[in-house]
Amino acid sequence: MPPDFSRRAFLGASASGMALTLASAPLAQEVDKGDRPADLTTLVVNGQSYALAVEPRVTLLDALRERIGLTGAKKGCDHGQCGACTVLVDGRRVLSCLTLAAMAAGRAVTTVEGLASRDGRLHPMQQAFIDCDAFQCGYCTPGQILSAIGCVEEGHAGADADIRESMSGNLCRCAAYPNIVAAIRQARSEMRRA
Amino acid sequence: MQPFLYRRADDPMALVQILAREESAAGPPTSADTQFIAGGTTIFDLMKLDVMRPKALVDINGVRGLDRIEQSENDVRLGALARMADVAAHPLITSRYPVIAESLALAANPQLRNMATLAGNVLQRTRCTYFRDVSWAACNKRNPGSGCAALGGFNRPHAVLGVSPSCIATYPGDFAQALIALDAVVETWRAGRTRAIAFADLHRLPGDRPDIETILGSDEMILGFRVPAAEWTRRSRFVKVRDRESFEFALASAAVALDVGPEGLVRQARIALGGVATVPWRARDAEALLAGQPVTMETAERAAEAAFAAAQPQKDNAFKILLGRRTLVRALLETSSLEI
Repeated sequence: MPPDFSRRAFLGASASGMALTLASAPLAQEVDKGDRPADLTTLVVNGQSYALAVEPRVTLLDALRERIGLTGAKKGCDHGQCGACTVLVDGRRVLSCLTLAAMAAGRAVTTVEGLASRDGRLHPMQQAFIDCDAFQCGYCTPGQILSAIGCVEEGHAGADADIRESMSGNLCRCAAYPNIVAAIRQARSEMRRA
Repeated sequence: MQPFLYRRADDPMALVQILAREESAAGPPTSADTQFIAGGTTIFDLMKLDVMRPKALVDINGVRGLDRIEQSENDVRLGALARMADVAAHPLITSRYPVIAESLALAANPQLRNMATLAGNVLQRTRCTYFRDVSWAACNKRNPGSGCAALGGFNRPHAVLGVSPSCIATYPGDFAQALIALDAVVETWRAGRTRAIAFADLHRLPGDRPDIETILGSDEMILGFRVPAAEWTRRSRFVKVRDRESFEFALASAAVALDVGPEGLVRQARIALGGVATVPWRARDAEALLAGQPVTMETAERAAEAAFAAAQPQKDNAFKILLGRRTLVRALLETSSLEI
């Protein structure tokens, strides 16, 4: 049985852990040695596995864009303030600029490139963005679409005010906001039917 | 960003093994070489800004059982690794502890709430622009003894309560106000031992050491929060006022919980203020004034005046006293009229 963090199990594990004598150096000294082999990380993106040797400080966003070549997720602010880097990890919308690639290892990552079906048919949210003219320059759009899918799946695509609140993490400097709300309204019923 | 090592602690034993090797840090936990990472939304952001420069991150996301919400007869226990979004939407929390659900739902944005954990939220660092921008040399919180650029600088977002001549940085969170109002207890773990700390004792006033923000040790981990079940938890509310309608830190906020008797008189009031203080701020003077009184515009205004009696404004933030008082009045009136 894997270790469990119920109080009793945890204290038991801790006590036995403390009994071990540990020979290796503190982590901080290891990093000072300078020879840091890149860790091997396996990312599963849009159903495909990628084995990458990446330094710990590589973000999921940089791994997607610079290593795997999926440039749909955009680097806007790189500080979690604009939402252009939004992707789904295990079905939940997150910010790939504040996620270490290593922390996403083995989890299912979905980017805008993985939304259309194999026959090329667009995801209802992608189609709705086109139908409703929900973008102008398009830079924020992949993040908007992934976030909009999260908005519908989390059950926040009811009243327009709920949609706007639920999309507050995605900035659009062309200010296509009213049409983005319209696109989500259109896609929500198609997503429910699917 | 400087290079760092990344290690996963998937179970308590691995954590013990990693931490046992770390030398005890001389400075405060926030400047220790080895840091925990869970949601990463605060620490990784501050590492990109070079404000925090750890040499190793220990990923505690794989530690099992720390993300639970468990109800017992006397309290609810919120696990340290529970995500903000999950707690904000949990039926037990929305029905029995609405002030907690609202404080979480009004914070950050959906993506960040999907990532950020409760413990990380409580320990998030100030948004003071002089703290976050390392090109400013003077910041006693980031660089002890260097001075405070905010005191003579642009200090509109800064604190009016709990300030010191060394630091006026505002505590940025919302959830902590709900916890301090409801007399929560923090459970921590260190070197194989657990301890329980009153949430009100977790954060330290800046005083002359604003770099030391909590009483936690650098190898001490929060396991979770215990919130006592009480008569006032259902009648509770979080009101947040900010520069824009969503995805913004509070200029002023109030967490209020009331136990009101059948005659409409307050038996117990619990009040905490955010956006205006250097630490999560319990307004006990205001609570005392409301005991035995009905909640009316007059009694609420008197309580709010008491809550800000000790306020010390700077050149740009005197407006926070009136804004804070009005925020509390609104929170008290709305909480007292809740249908429960």
